[in-house]
Amino acid sequence: MQYLPNIIFIILLIVGVGFFVKNISKLRRNIFLGKEASLTDNKPRRWKNMAKIALGQSKMVVRPIAGALHIIVYISFVIINIEVLEIILDGIFGTHRLFAVLGPVYSFLIGSFEILAFLVIVAVVIFWIRRNVIKLKRFFKPEMEGWPKKDGNLILYIELVLMLLFLTMNAADYQLQQMGADHYVAAGSFPISSFIAPIFENVSVSTLIIIERTAWWAHIAGILFFLNYLYYSKHLHILLAFPNTYYGRLTPKGQFKNLQSVTDEVRMMMDPDADPYAEPAEDAAVPDKFGASDVQDLSWVQLMNAYTCTECGRCTSECPANQTGKKLSPRKIMMDTRDRLEEVGKIIDENNGEFKDDGKQLLNDYISPEELWACTSCNACVEACPISIDPLSIIMDMRQYLVMEQSAAPTDLNNMMGNIENNGAPWPFNQMDRLNWSKES
Amino acid sequence: MASELKVPTMAEFFASGTVPEVLFWVGCAGSFDDRAKKITKAFVKILNKANVSFAVLGTEESCTGDPAKRAGNEFLFQMQAVTNIEVLNAYEIKKIVTACPHCFNTIKNEYPGLGGNYEVVHHTQFLKQLLTEGRISMEGGTFKGKRITFHDPCYLGRANGVYEAPRDLIRKLDAELVEMKNCKQKGLCCGAGGAQMFKEPEKGDKDVNIERTEQALETKPDIIAAGCPFCNTMMTDGVKNKEKEDAVEVMDIAEMIATAEDL
Repeated sequence: MQYLPNIIFIILLIVGVGFFVKNISKLRRNIFLGKEASLTDNKPRRWKNMAKIALGQSKMVVRPIAGALHIIVYISFVIINIEVLEIILDGIFGTHRLFAVLGPVYSFLIGSFEILAFLVIVAVVIFWIRRNVIKLKRFFKPEMEGWPKKDGNLILYIELVLMLLFLTMNAADYQLQQMGADHYVAAGSFPISSFIAPIFENVSVSTLIIIERTAWWAHIAGILFFLNYLYYSKHLHILLAFPNTYYGRLTPKGQFKNLQSVTDEVRMMMDPDADPYAEPAEDAAVPDKFGASDVQDLSWVQLMNAYTCTECGRCTSECPANQTGKKLSPRKIMMDTRDRLEEVGKIIDENNGEFKDDGKQLLNDYISPEELWACTSCNACVEACPISIDPLSIIMDMRQYLVMEQSAAPTDLNNMMGNIENNGAPWPFNQMDRLNWSKES
Repeated sequence: MASELKVPTMAEFFASGTVPEVLFWVGCAGSFDDRAKKITKAFVKILNKANVSFAVLGTEESCTGDPAKRAGNEFLFQMQAVTNIEVLNAYEIKKIVTACPHCFNTIKNEYPGLGGNYEVVHHTQFLKQLLTEGRISMEGGTFKGKRITFHDPCYLGRANGVYEAPRDLIRKLDAELVEMKNCKQKGLCCGAGGAQMFKEPEKGDKDVNIERTEQALETKPDIIAAGCPFCNTMMTDGVKNKEKEDAVEVMDIAEMIATAEDL
């Protein structure tokens, strides 16, 4: 029976990690429902971008307060994971504070974890105040109502509880060490939890062990829960920010991609030898749909963008259309894309791996033409995103569908395009008059 | 005032068997819009004064296709692009300057993929270069001490990372350059981009150009400097809306230099 805790721990670990792996493979499958995008070029530049933007958090600090707080939580998250490694090994082997053999290095590590955990608590409390007391505008747009708001707070609560459990565990351990309890070797330094320990002064050793063990188990169970919560929340950015910045665009922001399917058609039209009456070959592929009306028409990078979005709303708060009260919100574009992709993924799961038309699509059922037409293509949202998400590219792809597949442009734009076609200018002026300005005084 | 404008066309150069240093891509606004034509003329005056050998396409120029592309009509865009590229390549154009950031962005970034490879510069970059090479001299006289704020065109700034050339020119005019709360990477759009220039805005609380004009007016400027004919229109309308047209002028940087030089 003495191995029971080890066995329970290993089962917990396998279930927790196994479920996570299952969800990640679903995530991967959903992302690759998107169209191919060849992004194997410029590897050194891509690694550099990832190092700078994701690892180095370079764009987070554009907003200094949120940036600094985020860096605290981020660094702590990464570093405290060393402690998680010890906890996992202890759990598997039934040891206690396995890394204590490191001596002064261990004390330094535990001391740093404690200080970081305390800083995380401070940061999380400030984050919570920003969302719930100060009510920063960007957290209160229509798309944030309901689950997204709850999700944001839940993540803060989970992080808070995890840190409190960690400190409670250490405080009880520290007290047990002071009391010279068996098994609790004097190891580590406890700059924060030594302030909590005094409340345990009159507690018996056996009760303290229960407290320490409960905190230990709850802490690791909480971490496994959080790992699995990621897929169901906006919090996937802690993983996806890395590939997302790696695959982020390297070309100038003003450069919109030229559609190859259109280029092929245009080349044929301009080719004097092409036969305009030629029948398409029997086995010719169905021509590509122009633009995007649903998630499968987008590229896998755009779909990864959607899963990466953590709904911070920096894009929306910089968007000129949103600032002036229009319906468009770049964050909503990303959230809608992700929600629709999840819906498509569910349909695939329910139909043995095949997608069955559910009569819905991203366009109209999620994103309205009114939102799409409000965009000025100014790239403020792209610039604002701290992890290289590009909402503008989705807006443009959907405009292409509206115009080229549905001829559903606003009348004014149809007039403008008619003018370009007829006289080579967006206004109804004759091309032969183009140089008149040079003769006018 | 100075003598008549000298505006040679590519066809004329071609006929005489010579090649200009640079092609001036005028753009639709610069050719047809009354306000933008003044910018075109101001820029030509500077080019004439500096004896720059340049040419325009004149009646052989056509819309780059930018508004069509941003509106989602890739087909129309590529038709325009391919036609323009044929003309440009036939004249063996190497270098293009334009006073319109939309034309600049499209020709520079989107034409290469369709067979049009040129060195493309915005007129503020070109003017800066003329200045560095000593081909124009700028006396700040007229603008000395004036408060000038520069509105970054999205397709020059964020889209292509050109922030300093226009600012360097303003500083050269001995003017006091004051920045708006949103500038450079964080510059706020004037509201014209993405083909918005050609349609009514969607329902909202306010027009984008009014928001931007308010930001500009907060700096208490004498002049709002622009580097794009569409921004110029939007900001001019904004200033009129705020009934400040007597106190605040909206000027293109080329116009400021031409004025300073008394051209």
